[in-house]
Amino acid sequence: MPGPFGEIPKKLKEYYDSLQEEAVPDRFLDLLERLDMAERAAAGASTVKEPK
Amino acid sequence: MADVESDDDKDFKRSLLACLGSLRAFGVSLTGRHDRADDLVQDTIMKAWAKKSSFEPGTNMKAWLFTILRNEFYSQIRKSGREVQDSDGYYTEQLATNPGQYGALDLQDFKIALEKLPDDQREAIILIGASGFSYEEAAEICECAIGTIKSRVNRARTRLAELLNVEGDADYGPDADSLAITGRTFVS
Repeated sequence: MPGPFGEIPKKLKEYYDSLQEEAVPDRFLDLLERLDMAERAAAGASTVKEPK
Repeated sequence: MADVESDDDKDFKRSLLACLGSLRAFGVSLTGRHDRADDLVQDTIMKAWAKKSSFEPGTNMKAWLFTILRNEFYSQIRKSGREVQDSDGYYTEQLATNPGQYGALDLQDFKIALEKLPDDQREAIILIGASGFSYEEAAEICECAIGTIKSRVNRARTRLAELLNVEGDADYGPDADSLAITGRTFVS
């Protein structure tokens, strides 16, 4: 049943959901990996830690 | 200490990854542009990573990230000294390839109307109406009072209804005043 603002709440959700469903660009995943690796490399240089 | 950190780091990374889709949706709906949104998301990832020790595990990662992106958004607006409101056309193209997919109220029309809202109203209605935050969480993200968020959401809804020619209910509570001020005049 439409409220006082008609379809607006539904449209907002529809628009937002369509954006949310878009694939996350690979460059963000790459960026996270690079940040993680850079940090591990920096940590590895100061503390010797063997992977199990 | 190193071991504990590495476990937390893994969780942090996993949680961050899980939030990227909604973070990006927030960025696009806030700016109306995919390229600007992606720049914001990239800056947010780097900022979040740089200050990840300040994130408390178990608290709301999504709200934390949204706060960073929002701050970045406003700091870019301040730096550029102007508001960039032009649409990127990305969504238009997408819609153009799928005509007739949507109902009476066209999504493209909705997007254009959303972009016409003042930034503070737009972010409020997105956080509450789409991102799934509570009024309390949205108030924290926007660093304002809960009542302020509520009134921004109400103004946003009223304004959208006007822009989209949706029949508004004149008796609808707190919006009666703003309707009277900004609403269309029915003079023949």
